[in-house]
Formats: sequence, structure tokens, C-alpha cells
Amino acid sequence: MERVNHLASKKAAVIFTKSSCYMCHSIKQLFYELGASPEIHELDQEANGREMESALRGLRNPSVPAVFIGGKYVGSAKDIISLHVDGSLKQMLIDAKAIWF
Amino acid sequence: MESRAVRTGAEDETGAARVMPSFDSQLPISNALCTEGNTIHSFRISDFGTFEQSVGFRLENTADLSGNTLFSSTKVSTQAVASDPLHIGTSDKSPTSRDINPSSFRGERQRLPLEKGQPSNLVSISSGNIENWEESNMADGSPRTDISTDVDTDDKNQRFDSGQSLAIIAGSDSSDRSKDKSDQKTLRRLAQNREAARKSRLRKKAYVQQLESSRLKLTQLEQELQRARQQGIFISSSGDQAHSMSGNGAMAFDVEYARWMEEQNRQINELRSAVNSHASDAELRIIVDNILAHYDEIFRLKGMAAKADVFHLLSGMWKTPAERCFLWLGGFRSSELLKLLVNQLEPLTEQQLMGITNLQQSSQQAEDALSQGMEALQQSLADTLCSGNLGSSGSSGNVANYMGQMAMAMGKLGTLEGFIRQADNLRQQTLQQLHRILTTRQSARALLAINDYFSRLRALSSLWLARPRE
Repeated sequence: MERVNHLASKKAAVIFTKSSCYMCHSIKQLFYELGASPEIHELDQEANGREMESALRGLRNPSVPAVFIGGKYVGSAKDIISLHVDGSLKQMLIDAKAIWF
Repeated sequence: MESRAVRTGAEDETGAARVMPSFDSQLPISNALCTEGNTIHSFRISDFGTFEQSVGFRLENTADLSGNTLFSSTKVSTQAVASDPLHIGTSDKSPTSRDINPSSFRGERQRLPLEKGQPSNLVSISSGNIENWEESNMADGSPRTDISTDVDTDDKNQRFDSGQSLAIIAGSDSSDRSKDKSDQKTLRRLAQNREAARKSRLRKKAYVQQLESSRLKLTQLEQELQRARQQGIFISSSGDQAHSMSGNGAMAFDVEYARWMEEQNRQINELRSAVNSHASDAELRIIVDNILAHYDEIFRLKGMAAKADVFHLLSGMWKTPAERCFLWLGGFRSSELLKLLVNQLEPLTEQQLMGITNLQQSSQQAEDALSQGMEALQQSLADTLCSGNLGSSGSSGNVANYMGQMAMAMGKLGTLEGFIRQADNLRQQTLQQLHRILTTRQSARALLAINDYFSRLRALSSLWLARPRE
């Protein structure tokens, strides 16, 4: 979890994914569509990937995609979609200076 | 003359055209049979089992009587005799021959169906089955064994055959010794032809009967299912567990969806009458909230169905055809719905208009994102199944690869449920956000408009299914 938080705080938008996860692909696409450039960490290609995955599984199941905005855990796919629909996601990204409009 | 005719028809096993003339030219033979009629009659035997022996015996007698050199060797003659019943019958297509000795040729009607319509088949069967014939000869040691099995199932034809064969044999009494061998060969070939034709007729008959009974069974089952569904009974198939599980998932959902629709219609009617009777905002609010909660219910049901049978939901078979036209990830597109609502909901405030426009854009973006994820999944699934060589024969090592491929593909299919879930999540969130933007009265109108739109799609489906077809 330490590692996760450390990585998450380095950029405004950070997403933990796995190359085998296609929902992760969708969430990444959504962020790109919004103009954000999230930092992507593929857990199956990271050192300590397993540990991070189990740490994230403690937050939400499935463990990926795990989205952090402004260093704070936002949620998984379901949360992101819900926040996007009511406009909150965009606002969060603006607040974290991941996007400007 | 008769022998010449027989030879022309019999020797040529490949030329369909040439078979025909032989039939015509057998007319003289048939006429000749007339005179032999009485003789033939006396040779008729009901039990084919004894027939063969007696035919051999009688024919040899006949040979003696008429000096028929065709049966110079016993072996040859018995073989020829045995083969004759088969071939003579198939080769005789002339209508006139039917009329001759009607009592002898009783079984002819069974013979004709094949001969009438399929002259080319006869020839092709004969050429194609010569090996079989020879094989069966080898195996049995005598063609008689072969024939008798057929006769057990098709007795009448045998009677016809025997009567016919005796007639022809009698007719070819005057043939040359030099033509004997080729005649015999041809006779054998045609006999085999006839046998094969008979066998295939029997097979076809059995198959058709099987089809018919299956068809009946199918309609019966469909009716039962229909009745049971109407009563809301949940049917489980009595097959293996795995199959019945998926069948249950799809059917159970269909039943629940039908019930949900009924309740939806009831609530919508309630809302409509409340709006028409100018009910208060408070009253409208209650009904609107109920309907929204009812929408939550279908999404919950779909979630469960996605676990049981994701492909049923993805297929849209639970919806009507016209609705299926617009299917996206197992349901409707929120962005489309919002597009058609914007025009129906005027007047809208600036803020509301902006809110709805944003909502439309957001749902569009989310739909695109989910679609792209799905595409990536599909591509990956295709890649998994394509890894290694397609179409090439596998070694034992490839079996392990194959199993590995399948396991990986199975894992990928498992993620489909997640996509349906998120698609439904999107629909649910969009509906809820919409009603946050609108006033109670506007929400009521929006719900009525949405329901009306889907009703029209369903009505269109019914019309389409009932349309007259040429």
C-alpha cells in the first residue's frame, strides 16, 4: 500500500491497471477523451505488482482499474462511470489540475 | 434382338443416355414375355428364401427346355440368376412392361418411384457401387445372402423382381454364347445398382419418418413452453446440469422481464392518468420515484442474469426485433434516449438545457469508452484463438497449446459480464441524473415519452413479425 500511495501521489491522475483487463482499457480511454494524461501503472509489469494488487483488492474488488486523483483513491470502473455521468469526475480532474476545462 | 437390346443398355454403365434406349428396346422383350407369361407364373414363389434355390433350379430347367446357353455353367447361372432380380427390375422402365402379367409384376409400384424420376441416378449408382457389389460378393461368398436381407424388408419388390427376372431370362434364351459374359457382367452391375437404390430408398424413408416425428415433438414442446411461460412458471430442462443452468438463466430472466414489463405498464398508466388529471407535484413525485425505483429493479435483475447467461443479454433476444436494432451492450443507448428527449421536454431553462447537453455528452463519452474496451476484448479473444497455426494438423504438443488457448479464451469471456454491468450502470446513472436536472412535472413527461418511444418500437416489431409475406 505504501508503494501504491507513493506512486499515486506523483501525478494528478494515476491509474493502476493490468494488461489483461479490458475494463481498464475503457477507463483509460475515458480519461484520454477528457484530455487527461493519467500515469498508468500496469501491475503485471511492475516490480511488487502482486503486493500492490492485493493492497488494492482491499479497497475494491476487482482490484483494477484503481483510479487516484490528486493522490486520493477515487474508485474502480463503476465509481468512475457514476462520477463521470454526474459531472463530478471532470470537476475532480480540474481541481487536481489534471485538466483545465 | 432381345439380347442385343439388353446388351446395349447393360454394358454401358456410364452413359445415362444410352440406358434409355435399352428400356425402349426391351419392349420387344416384354412382348416376348407375354408368351412366356404362363411359364413364369408357374415359377412364382412367395418365400424368397426358397425362391433363390428354386429360381436356380427352375431356370436351369428353363435353360434345358429352351436350350439357353446363358446358363452353361452352374455357378455362373446361379450368380446370374441372383443378380437378375435386382437388375432387371431397375432397368425396366417402360410403361408397357408394367402391364404385362400384372399378377407377376405385382410389386412393380414399389420399383417405379426410383426409376421414374432418376434415370441418371441409376447409372451413377451402378457405376459408384460396383465395388460394394463385388465386396459384398466376396464377403458373403454368394450374392444370395446379400439379396435376402433386402427382401426381408422389402418383400413385394422381390416378388416383382423374381417375376421380372424369370421373364427376362426366358427372353434371353436365344442370346449368343459370346455375348453371355458381357451380359452377365452388365446384369450384375445393374443388379447392384438396383440393390443400392433400394437401400438408399429405405434409408431415406427412415430418415424422413424420424424428421417428421421430431418435428411433431418440437411443436408440442414449443406449445408447452408457451403455455408455461404465460403462467409464469419457471421451467428447468431435464438435460444435464450445465445446460439446464444456462437455459434457466435465460428463461428465468425472460419470465422476470415479462413480469417487470407488466408492472412498468401499470405504473406508466397510473402516471398518465395522474398527469392528465392535473395531480399535484407531490403526487406526481411519488409515482415518478416509484417508476425510477422500478428501473433500478430491472438493472438488478439484469445483473443477476449477466452472471447466469451473459450471452443471452448480449444477444438481445429478450427484446423485440426492432428494439434489438438499437442494441448496445445488452440494452439501450442513454445518449440516444437523451437526444430524443431534448425535443420533447421544452421549455427548458438555460441551466437545464446545459445540464442535459452535458449529460448527453458524458454518456456518449462513457459509451465510447466502454465500446473501445469491448473492441479490445474482442481483438484479444480473436488473437488468442488464432495463436499458433490455424488449419494445420496438430502434433501432440499442439494439444497442450490448444487447451492453453481455450483456458485463456475462457478467462477473457468471463470479463464480458463486467462490461454489461458497467453498461447498465451507465444507463441507471443517466436516468437518475436526468431526473435530478428536471422538475417533477418534466420528469413525469420524460418517463411517459420514454415509455411511448419503446412501446412504438415494440409495436413496430409486432407489425413486422406479422407482415404478409409472398
